[in-house]
Amino acid sequence: MAVEPVRDKWKNPITEVTIGALKEEGGTRASVVRIGGETTMPFLHDDGGMPHEPVVAMEVWDIEPTEMADELRKYYSDVYTDPAAWAKKCVEQYGAAMICLRLMGTHPDWGDRDAAHARGAVRKVLDAVGVPLIILGCGQAEKDNAVLPQVSQEAKGERCLIGDITEGNSKTIVASAIADGHNVICEAPLDINIAKQVCILATDMGIGLDRLVAFHTNGGLGYGLEYAYSIMERSRLAGLGGDKMLATPIIAVMSTETWRCKEAKAPESEFPHWGDTSRRGIAWEALGATTYLLGGTDVLVMWHPEAVKTAKAFIEKMMKK
Amino acid sequence: MIAIGERINGMFTDIKNAIAEKDGEPVKRWALRQLEAGADYLDVNVGTASKTPADAVKWLVERVAEAAPNAAVAIDSPKHEVMKAGLQACRDSGIAKTMINSTTGQREKLEVNFGLAKEYGASVICLTMDQRGIPNDVDYRVEAAANIMAAAMEFELPTESILLDPIAMPVKHAQEKIGFIFEAIRQFTLICSPPPHIVVGLSNTGQGTTQKELVNRTFLVMAILNGLDAAILDVCDAELMHAAITAELILNKQVYSDDFIKAYMSRAR
Repeated sequence: MAVEPVRDKWKNPITEVTIGALKEEGGTRASVVRIGGETTMPFLHDDGGMPHEPVVAMEVWDIEPTEMADELRKYYSDVYTDPAAWAKKCVEQYGAAMICLRLMGTHPDWGDRDAAHARGAVRKVLDAVGVPLIILGCGQAEKDNAVLPQVSQEAKGERCLIGDITEGNSKTIVASAIADGHNVICEAPLDINIAKQVCILATDMGIGLDRLVAFHTNGGLGYGLEYAYSIMERSRLAGLGGDKMLATPIIAVMSTETWRCKEAKAPESEFPHWGDTSRRGIAWEALGATTYLLGGTDVLVMWHPEAVKTAKAFIEKMMKK
Repeated sequence: MIAIGERINGMFTDIKNAIAEKDGEPVKRWALRQLEAGADYLDVNVGTASKTPADAVKWLVERVAEAAPNAAVAIDSPKHEVMKAGLQACRDSGIAKTMINSTTGQREKLEVNFGLAKEYGASVICLTMDQRGIPNDVDYRVEAAANIMAAAMEFELPTESILLDPIAMPVKHAQEKIGFIFEAIRQFTLICSPPPHIVVGLSNTGQGTTQKELVNRTFLVMAILNGLDAAILDVCDAELMHAAITAELILNKQVYSDDFIKAYMSRAR
């Protein structure tokens, strides 16, 4: 007897989000990125569609990343004092589909630079590259509320992806994003219930679901990776099943998350059984990236060019029907 | 829960008058109000309000479609010609999602109604009773349910298009039989995998009591715990709907968030 393969059918597609705006759309980007739209769990092409493939963005800072791992310095030390040059290198040499500019220099512990500095950095990157921008604040609510509205204005019309908003801090940033035509990242601390609530709070303010991307504050490895994977998967299942507040595309950050882990950067001399440092960090970043892609991630933010290559090859392979 | 709004029914005076006077406004108003309150389907029932029920059901469906072209509609009638007229009117006015409310389990009834379900792509509410009349125990209900599911397979209707109705009794008049209903619901969930939907006409349970809303609400929550996932009910009773949503939340059928009622209302239908 022939065995009928079991196929899942879902009733609610993941929302489609467009990042970046071309000239004719009021922006200045040379390309735009579309994410979401899935009608299946990742890469199960027989169950439904994945109209847009997941994309890799690369992370750039507004200031010199003084604590950057040596393995990354090899690639970025020639450009990391200049966000424009850094962004250009990521796009031109490493094929970044987007640049994720983290305004770390505005953090009170990282120099506490003002909004004018942040605007300047955003302007430089916008002028240097034609790909769409993800703009991250420093993660300190008060400072983000002072800086991100200014940054949003600087990039008005460019349809960036700006973040993060949280359960306790959404109003100022969402209002700016609505006014200036940007998308917003909804952050929740490894908590699906809060992830859903942040999305509700954002839509309550009048921003469309097609402008929201979820960030589950994924870890680089270990429990942080396992938890984030299962939250992504569960939220994607709920989203496809009809829960619109969990049907947004997902962003995962590998760059800072992988490379803050000692497993990724500790020298071989300290942990001989962990193996070659020059390959270990890359392996961790690529492993996290591919894991999250399987959990439903639509945008990866990455750092190591070799890990980027692996992730892109994986995406290409998995998108083949 | 699949919420089937009961309000467009010729038993209610305003709808009865609307049918008699060909005044579409009350029908449209109730269509929109029930959808806003969370109805997944709008039940359309002429009742005894017209001497030409096939014409009246067509007129009602057309008014619903004018107000809400994307609504899903359940045609509520025991008469074949009314059912067919209602389903045809849905098709003609662009209503894509339809339901037959209802059939009983006699072979000849199933043949007619499953035939219609196939022809119109409709779901079917199946009362778990047959020629023997209203069931008095669990076994009869389960036996009727099993026969219905076997017939559904025979007619190649997907399981998810069948809604089994264990036939809820008024608490006031059949208190000792209510327990059977929960047991029957539990057993319906085991009939096949995935199980069919399970539905009740909720307003029957509180009928004639002085605390109708409270009885209906409590019954609904208890039934949901046992596996009920659909009801024909007063969707405009916010406390009732909120109790159902919360029951499903507690059973982990929805991901919790602080605004879970709001999130539920925005879900994809």
